[in-house]
Amino acid sequence: MEILTKVHAKHLVDWGREHPEAYVLSADLTGSCEADGWRDRYPDRFLSLGIAEQNMLAFAGGMARQGFIPLVHTFAVFIYRRALDQIAMSVAYPNLPVKMFGFLPGILTPGGATHQAIEDIAVMRALPNITVIEPGDATEVESALDAAFDTPGPVYVRQLRGEVPRLFDKNEPLTLGVPRKLSYGKDIVIVTSGICTEEGMRAAAALRGKGLEITHYHVSTLKPFRYPEIVEDIAISRYGAVTLENHSVVGGLGSALAECMAEYGAGKPLRRLGLQDTFAHGASRRYLMREYGLDAMALIAAAENITGERFAIDEASLTETYTPAAHSGAKPEAL
Amino acid sequence: MTRTEKALIEKMAWGIRRRALAHTLARGGGYLSQACSSAEIFAALYGCVLRLKKLDSPISAGRFMGTPGPGRPVVTGANFNGSGDASCDNFILSPAQYALALYAALIEAGRMDEKSMDAYDIDGSAVEIIGAEHSPGMEVTTGSLGQGISQASGIAMARKIKGETGRVVLMMSDGECQSGEFWEAVQAACYHKLGNMIAYVDVNGYQCDGKMTSVMNIEPFDKRLKAFGARVHRIDGHNIDSLARLGRAPRADVYTLRHRPLQRHGYFKRSPS
Repeated sequence: MEILTKVHAKHLVDWGREHPEAYVLSADLTGSCEADGWRDRYPDRFLSLGIAEQNMLAFAGGMARQGFIPLVHTFAVFIYRRALDQIAMSVAYPNLPVKMFGFLPGILTPGGATHQAIEDIAVMRALPNITVIEPGDATEVESALDAAFDTPGPVYVRQLRGEVPRLFDKNEPLTLGVPRKLSYGKDIVIVTSGICTEEGMRAAAALRGKGLEITHYHVSTLKPFRYPEIVEDIAISRYGAVTLENHSVVGGLGSALAECMAEYGAGKPLRRLGLQDTFAHGASRRYLMREYGLDAMALIAAAENITGERFAIDEASLTETYTPAAHSGAKPEAL
Repeated sequence: MTRTEKALIEKMAWGIRRRALAHTLARGGGYLSQACSSAEIFAALYGCVLRLKKLDSPISAGRFMGTPGPGRPVVTGANFNGSGDASCDNFILSPAQYALALYAALIEAGRMDEKSMDAYDIDGSAVEIIGAEHSPGMEVTTGSLGQGISQASGIAMARKIKGETGRVVLMMSDGECQSGEFWEAVQAACYHKLGNMIAYVDVNGYQCDGKMTSVMNIEPFDKRLKAFGARVHRIDGHNIDSLARLGRAPRADVYTLRHRPLQRHGYFKRSPS
């Protein structure tokens, strides 16, 4: 597996050359959100607004009204938790092209509950006019900016930083509203997003080895959420669906799929894996994924539960798990 | 300012009060105190401070056409200000709770026809009690207090980058200056040297729960703002000469904030009969 570093940072600078109307807005986490390259290359198009997110988001709305494209960069958690009313009234209501890049989604930060955005999809998905994107690999990290720019109105991107694996062909960028069908099988439909897709691929491969047929979808557009093809596959599957997400099971991928299944009348069970309506704490990514059931082993356990079979898959037999050495090249204190 | 000009603005101010009173009585309540407190500010703004495009004739307020979104028409209250040119000012009303005073000012300024007020507070009308950006004169959506100054700062930043001569003129209430976002915005406006933005704050000393000092004190407001780096003029908010002189001064080189002494005003609500 190809592992890339600072994918967003590099792409952002390249992209900026062709987009003079774009301005990066930052709240004291410039290097930590891979916008330092932009700041150094385009200092006139970099606006530091300090640790004052409420002002920053409404300020971004004001700039967007004047024809600029604000690219807000800070940690995911500080965008929607600290400035929700400002996003709702100064950005989403007027449907302005403010592109929000929220870094370190879910348990990707060892910074604990204060730093972990675990309900951002639920919150942002509920706001009218906002598009929600979550890249799952380096190809999607590279293409999320274009997808966000090409989408009219406000866009929230749950962006990945640091070391990111490339799971999808470099020439098959993220396309808004288009899921990736990674495998087809008639027993269980697995739907994953973000960093959990890599886990899903690992689990699906192991389960296939044990004779279970798996359909695996990766979803990178969480709003709008219209995937009739996924729901149809679930409806004709033997056991139903399992979702796995780096987010609370309330309001995220699992909830969105549940809504679609109910409206369609899919009539199949759905198991939602992710943070089970709980906050997490500060620890390593690998530990937190295991502890809270966000990894391949959690998916395998769910498959065993659904089928009533024991597959005897031990973790060591799974394809080598990729775990980034460090949380990007950013300062350790800037979690 | 000539005596004729001043007389005209005085007349506008009393027109704003009279109209606000009439609608408050007709609707059995309303934001009358806001109109009384800010009548001279609105009159000075629309009478001689704001550099707005001239309108051929007063515009009629239409029906509510839907909120902004994909496939929906953009309906903006900015049309009543005739803004859009690089040399024109933006006018941002931060407390949308002052909408009644704004509507009255638009009529007094010949920018909205008088009949539009028949639709005030009528279901399905754009002439709402607390307007949004589809309401006459409203360029942005405010009323969640404290957000107007941040939006105005973003607009001012953009206009400064574009080198436009038009300013961003903000009208605020004092109660919203209790919010953290207000102070975030003041520090950002000073830090980014947004000299193309001025703000009038209607310091009437009252808010929803009563006297501001009994809710949360912001005084000494001028000293606090100066400490942030703002240029502040504390003036009598009913003094048309002062309001006009400062608002018409050449481009400010630093962020400017103007406000008025305490005066008793409250929300007027007629008891149900």
